[in-house]
Amino acid sequence: MNSRPKTLFEKVWEQHVVVPETHDIPAIIYIDLHLIHEVTTPQAFTLLRENNLKVRDPKKVLATMDHSTPTVPITSLKDLDIVSEKGPAEQIRNMVKNCNDFGIELYGFDSDRRGIVHVIGPELGATQPGRTMVCGDSHTSTHGAFGALAFGIGTTEVAHVLATQCLLQRKPKTLSVNLTGNLNSGVCAKDIILKIVGDIGVDGGTGHVIEYRGNTVSSLSLEQRMTICNMSIEAGARAGMFAPDQSTFDYLENRPMSPKGDDWVKAVNKWSNLVTDDGAIFDKEVDIDIDALQPMITFGTNPGMVMSIDAEVPHHNGSQSFKQALNYMKVESGKPLLEKPIDVVFIGSCTNSRLSDLQDAADILKDRKVDSNVRTLIVPGSQAIKAEAENLGLDQIFKKAGAEWRESGCSMCLGMNGDTVGEGKLAVSTSNRNFEGRQGKGSRTILASPKTAAASAISGVVQDPRIYGDK
Amino acid sequence: MEKILKFSSTTINLPNEDIDTDQIVPARFLTLPSKEGIGDCLFYDWRFDKLGHPIEDFVLNKPEARNSSILVAGNNFGCGSSREHAPWALVDFGFKAIISTSFADIFKNNALKNGLIPITVPEDIHKKLLGNEGLEVAVDLDNLKLETELGNACSFSIDPFSRYCLMNGIDQLGYILSQELEITNYETSQ
Repeated sequence: MNSRPKTLFEKVWEQHVVVPETHDIPAIIYIDLHLIHEVTTPQAFTLLRENNLKVRDPKKVLATMDHSTPTVPITSLKDLDIVSEKGPAEQIRNMVKNCNDFGIELYGFDSDRRGIVHVIGPELGATQPGRTMVCGDSHTSTHGAFGALAFGIGTTEVAHVLATQCLLQRKPKTLSVNLTGNLNSGVCAKDIILKIVGDIGVDGGTGHVIEYRGNTVSSLSLEQRMTICNMSIEAGARAGMFAPDQSTFDYLENRPMSPKGDDWVKAVNKWSNLVTDDGAIFDKEVDIDIDALQPMITFGTNPGMVMSIDAEVPHHNGSQSFKQALNYMKVESGKPLLEKPIDVVFIGSCTNSRLSDLQDAADILKDRKVDSNVRTLIVPGSQAIKAEAENLGLDQIFKKAGAEWRESGCSMCLGMNGDTVGEGKLAVSTSNRNFEGRQGKGSRTILASPKTAAASAISGVVQDPRIYGDK
Repeated sequence: MEKILKFSSTTINLPNEDIDTDQIVPARFLTLPSKEGIGDCLFYDWRFDKLGHPIEDFVLNKPEARNSSILVAGNNFGCGSSREHAPWALVDFGFKAIISTSFADIFKNNALKNGLIPITVPEDIHKKLLGNEGLEVAVDLDNLKLETELGNACSFSIDPFSRYCLMNGIDQLGYILSQELEITNYETSQ
């Protein structure tokens, strides 16, 4: 037997090799679960039809609609034309047809489990340790929080996986991000990942799978781990992973698609081996001090342009791109962003739309009002989270504060169907990308945690959540 | 798929670093049902003003852009979203190769499946190209060699399998489908 110490990633990879990699040909790896949504699949289904191919195993496909769905209430496709723009409406109808034609179960408008694809996977228990998962969406890295190997693919590859349940892949390298210390009050998992992306850069993880390790990890909830894994792609990484532990098992137990009875016991036994062996070697390592971490915000037009909330915008390094970013954002080097007036706050997206994120926001918004100049949009990650939040009365806290409370979906993260920041307007957003125009044409985005976003909504300016006596 | 062996073209430059796929094709165009014509959306918000009129000094609006099939771009081209609409739009516009000092992983994978060659070059060649927009550059996929009309040359690397598929006009799906027995064996062993 081969006793060489292995990383978590290597263990999951090796268990899924169908045909080993050679110099000439990449490995064929097996995909346990394929997540699909309406935006990156139409041309893949066209390719299947053109080649007279079937979906190899429809049961290994989890389908929902999230990217271009409206976030105002609708219960059936009939309502779509009233509330939706034409392009997205057609795309949504097309998704329903494709799933019907190919025998794939769809969590559509009639399902109370519909939601953002990276939120419902874990919620349903479909995301499990040791699984390989792909989706035509770069934030598929989210599922690595459970010790799954999960990454984004293009539409051609979506067709490959639909037709064969397999993918051609070169084995990526490994990067260990060592987190030490504990989160201070007012500081969130979002701040951890913004710090990491800032430190290693938007291409610091290119070609690598990150494993998050260190003594901080055991104290992080699965929802916090998901936020961190979600934005691994913002550092260019193929995927991010946490080794499964007792918190992982507790999260998954009794979920609709989790193993039950004896199968559960067997699964936990198997999953418990999914840890990096002592002495395993990573291609790269990076250390991040969590004790010293402050709330973080972005100041530019990529997620690596970050700083502590009370810092001043850095002086540029002479690069034209840096200068263009500051011009676009209308910010100046040497000046703080704290107290800068804002127009919009968005709390949502696959990064920060889970119940704990909404609770973080509600803790600050409770018995307070959002500034009258700020539009505040709060969008739960799934219909199930929406229901849970409403059971807890969070929707009432948000509405009383003057925020909009919506149906689940990607919403203002990418502005595909009505929810946009507005030309030239400045948003504090809990989403994952501050690219030019990401939240609608001409939008300007400051990425932040749900706490920072909520505090900014109340203040009407970029605000440090710690002034609201946050826990 | 068209076979690609070698080609040459003048270059145009987009030296910005970290060009993300939201710039290459903004999200609001992702509802287009097919790949045809998507080149009209390429770099839309950099190419057109608020009224939809072309911004004259943007490089893709210059006449020479229509005759060029090689884009020289800044480091880490294609970061962000996995949208394959990005390479589709670049190809539909007429590009056959992007030259940079590095590419984001998903973009690179997507590009290679659409006949668009991501060419990583050393910094000195990159600088030379950025400093001499419009240079004639020859790309030789067979010998993995790039050469400028000034005589600067370098080799580049492409995943051997992608290169084989590009040179023979083969779709990668055919290869995976041919491994049916291996896939079934794997499934039964689980």
